[in-house]
Amino acid sequence: MASPIEQFAIKPIVPIHVGGVDISFTNSALYMVIAVVVATVFLTGAMSKRALIPGRLQSVVEMIFEFVANMLRTNAGSGSQKYFPFIFTLFMFVLVGNLLGLTPYSFTYTSHIIVTAGLACLVFVGVTIIGFAKHGAGYLRMFFPHGAPIILAPILVPIELVSYLSRPFSLSVRLAANMTVGHIMLKVIATFVISLGVLGILPFAGIMGVTILELGIACLQAYIFTVLSCIYLHDALHLH
Amino acid sequence: MPHFDATTFASQLFWLAVTFVTLYILMSKVALPRISDILEERQRRISDDLDMAERLKAETEAAIATYEKALAAARTSAQAEISRAMEANAAEAAARHAEMDAVLAAKITESEARIHAARHEALAEVNGIAADVAAAIVERIADVKADADTVAPVVAAVAKERGL
Repeated sequence: MASPIEQFAIKPIVPIHVGGVDISFTNSALYMVIAVVVATVFLTGAMSKRALIPGRLQSVVEMIFEFVANMLRTNAGSGSQKYFPFIFTLFMFVLVGNLLGLTPYSFTYTSHIIVTAGLACLVFVGVTIIGFAKHGAGYLRMFFPHGAPIILAPILVPIELVSYLSRPFSLSVRLAANMTVGHIMLKVIATFVISLGVLGILPFAGIMGVTILELGIACLQAYIFTVLSCIYLHDALHLH
Repeated sequence: MPHFDATTFASQLFWLAVTFVTLYILMSKVALPRISDILEERQRRISDDLDMAERLKAETEAAIATYEKALAAARTSAQAEISRAMEANAAEAAARHAEMDAVLAAKITESEARIHAARHEALAEVNGIAADVAAAIVERIADVKADADTVAPVVAAVAKERGL
């Protein structure tokens, strides 16, 4: 029987080496490409009729659009609208990655810490650049809460600095760990279905419940990743 | 765990960058403008329709106000017309009433005079008849031929005495 973590193995499909660096087209890359195609076809296809009164698919697309737009507006405040395409892309990339991963025999690229870390670092670096571009050196006030007594600075500044720097870690680990654990759990319960014979019906019922739970988690984690990005963007635009 | 196999990191990051940038371009240039176009178009249509409804409502209210004003004016003039007609009728009726009263009063006076004359005449005749009757009675009872000229003054005197 295959190990529960075998599903996370990176397998090269088209080996590519450039200057000694391995950038092979792998199963992970394949699913990233599929995610881009699925997201684009879904979003543009559903809107192709451009109906004034939307059909079902168009309603879903409009709901996603309004959902992300509201998320950005309420969490990042004024002046955040120009980052909407980025936030929307981030949400769709994570959401479609999470949901594609739940398809049997597929690969979940969002379960890999390096991918989520890449996205989290993109958010972190981007937010930091926006913060300094908007406030200059004043962005350093982020690390000292407004109105706190100056005598507390030696304690507060390191705490704030650490909490700021830990953002990309918590962001990336939360997503990757949730995806990895969910898939391992599905796999472990699935092995019980085979090994218990007729009684396997019990873990089979369980696996259906867990699959539904995982669908919820897939959407929830995409939401959490995006909403935290919005909150970080808010800090960069408006300080605390 | 395959998650920590650092030899795959370069490939994953490279393809993450490629696909994420591709998705970003597709979203920002194709998908999102299309969606927001439709949403804006719908919003515009809704606000247009609301504006139109507002305008039509104002027009309706203006029309109702005009109608109410016209109705009130018509009602006032009709009222004036009615009261004028009623006054005219009342005046005419009073005039006719007075005329009729005069005619009737004249007739009554005339009739009364006639009745008076007739009564006088009748009373005069009654004395004659009474005299004849008295002469006849005297002739039958006393077998005396009474002369009319003798009887008449007596009858007249008796009648006068009895207040006839």
